[in-house]
Amino acid sequence: MSALLKPAAPLDVAAIRAQFPILNQQVRGKPLVYLDNAASGQKPEAVITAITDCYRGYYSNIHRGVHALSERSTTAFEEARERVRSFLNAASAREIVFLRGTTEAINLVAHSFLRPRLAAGDEILVTEMEHHSNIVPWQLVAAEKGARVVAAPITDVGELDLDAFERLLGPRTRLVAVAHVSNVLGTVNPVARIVALARARGIPVLVDGAQGAPHLGVDVQALGCDFYAFSAHKVYGPSGVGALWGKAEHLAAMPPYQGGGGMIRRVSFAGTTFADPPERFEAGTPDIAGVIGFGAALEWTRGIGLDAIAAHEEALTAYAMARLAEIPGLRLIGTAADKAGVVSFVLGHVHPHDIGTVLDREGVAVRVGHHCAQPLMDRYGVPATARASFAVYNTHAEIDALVAALWKVKEWFD
Amino acid sequence: MSDLRDLYQEVILDHNKRPRNFRVIDPASHHAEGFNPLCGDRIAVFVDVVDGVIRDLSFQGQGCAISTASASLMTEALKGHPVSDLDALFDKFHELVTSDGPTPPGLGKLAVLAGVRDYPSRVKCATLAWHALKAALEHRADPVATE
Repeated sequence: MSALLKPAAPLDVAAIRAQFPILNQQVRGKPLVYLDNAASGQKPEAVITAITDCYRGYYSNIHRGVHALSERSTTAFEEARERVRSFLNAASAREIVFLRGTTEAINLVAHSFLRPRLAAGDEILVTEMEHHSNIVPWQLVAAEKGARVVAAPITDVGELDLDAFERLLGPRTRLVAVAHVSNVLGTVNPVARIVALARARGIPVLVDGAQGAPHLGVDVQALGCDFYAFSAHKVYGPSGVGALWGKAEHLAAMPPYQGGGGMIRRVSFAGTTFADPPERFEAGTPDIAGVIGFGAALEWTRGIGLDAIAAHEEALTAYAMARLAEIPGLRLIGTAADKAGVVSFVLGHVHPHDIGTVLDREGVAVRVGHHCAQPLMDRYGVPATARASFAVYNTHAEIDALVAALWKVKEWFD
Repeated sequence: MSDLRDLYQEVILDHNKRPRNFRVIDPASHHAEGFNPLCGDRIAVFVDVVDGVIRDLSFQGQGCAISTASASLMTEALKGHPVSDLDALFDKFHELVTSDGPTPPGLGKLAVLAGVRDYPSRVKCATLAWHALKAALEHRADPVATE
């Protein structure tokens, strides 16, 4: 829904689906309809092969050995770093830190960037639509320092109230942390605008890109933010791997997060000096094959084209919103003008858990619950929602299957 | 593979739609809140115990069909019974919803929840009110969580 999107050729979804072995199966006697992509995406053959090729052909520890396998693994690992750089349009691959995922990336920034500059009475500004992983790491350091986490309100349709946000940017605000895309509402936040408001006051901005990276082309230099965190597993890569991009001057000034091997320059009992970023923040042997799979996933995604993926998911989202609105008693949670790939709803008095179980019997996988966003559930006065979320391989027919299954839910519980 | 009907039996749907003893007891000799962090559901359980007997038992809150029906059926099963019956009944109920063995005897209407055993992610829904009741009788102040 971004005006900047170039018109993209329609995707050959059947050919794309054929690349995902897991999609070709029956669940409970029905064809699998996988609509839980905001929780985790499935993996194409190219990613599975990249990981098995590593283990079968050239796996070894990296950055250590002088032998051939170690050199091959190191080269592949560092190629993945370059692929992340390219995916985010970062200025340098040295600005890319490999971590376990978005959560660890945010914890790293909380610990090594924010903590040293935080004093009693300071504030971290987030929004009401944040995932717990963009709330709790800030609360932990805030509690330690006597600072506090402030949440900017959202409107009833699920858009950030920018006026209120601007008013909350105060002299004590030390960091702004916002989701690029809400994991519950699908709202695309106006990150460039948020960054402009914060930067005018000298306040750094972290963007939680867990849901942004899979759905939107990301250009961290155009966004103007200071940190961007995302996970491989939501971008068709393996779980347990993710990346933090941070501006070089920030990373250079940050103390280590964890101590161990690989992050040092010289160790002695008199004192230890640390490696430069990104290795300073990559203590211990990383998930080598996972990082290589991460790189393969980004390459695969780029091959399909983020613009084409975004246009496809935008069409699916619009279709899903229209079809779901046909169901009496169904209330959409999150109807922002700019939405990407995520549709949450509640259905009359039927609890989302019961919706999820009935849909599962129809082969339809959705997420039900609070989606690690309990403050947002409180905001809408619901204990939980059901959420359908889309990926490049989903089809209009699968949304029809979701809608048909929801009519069955009504048969059971009305 | 079990049918959806095995989980959502008529009795369960009925107790979900019209939960019994869905009210506050005030004053109650004991009360506690149960919380399921998985889904955010909360159920408050109220008990009035006189001379070791559960004279009145009720609950309130928001939950799925399984947790609501289980709470409702629990209040019916235990009202008028000695507090000392709870542990044995809960053990049997827990076995009912978690094991593959034959339905334990003496559960009465609670046996309709047997289908839960085929849905491991829903066991916590079925036991939420029970954990809250145990906490209430133990006079625990903090909400009891299912995990």
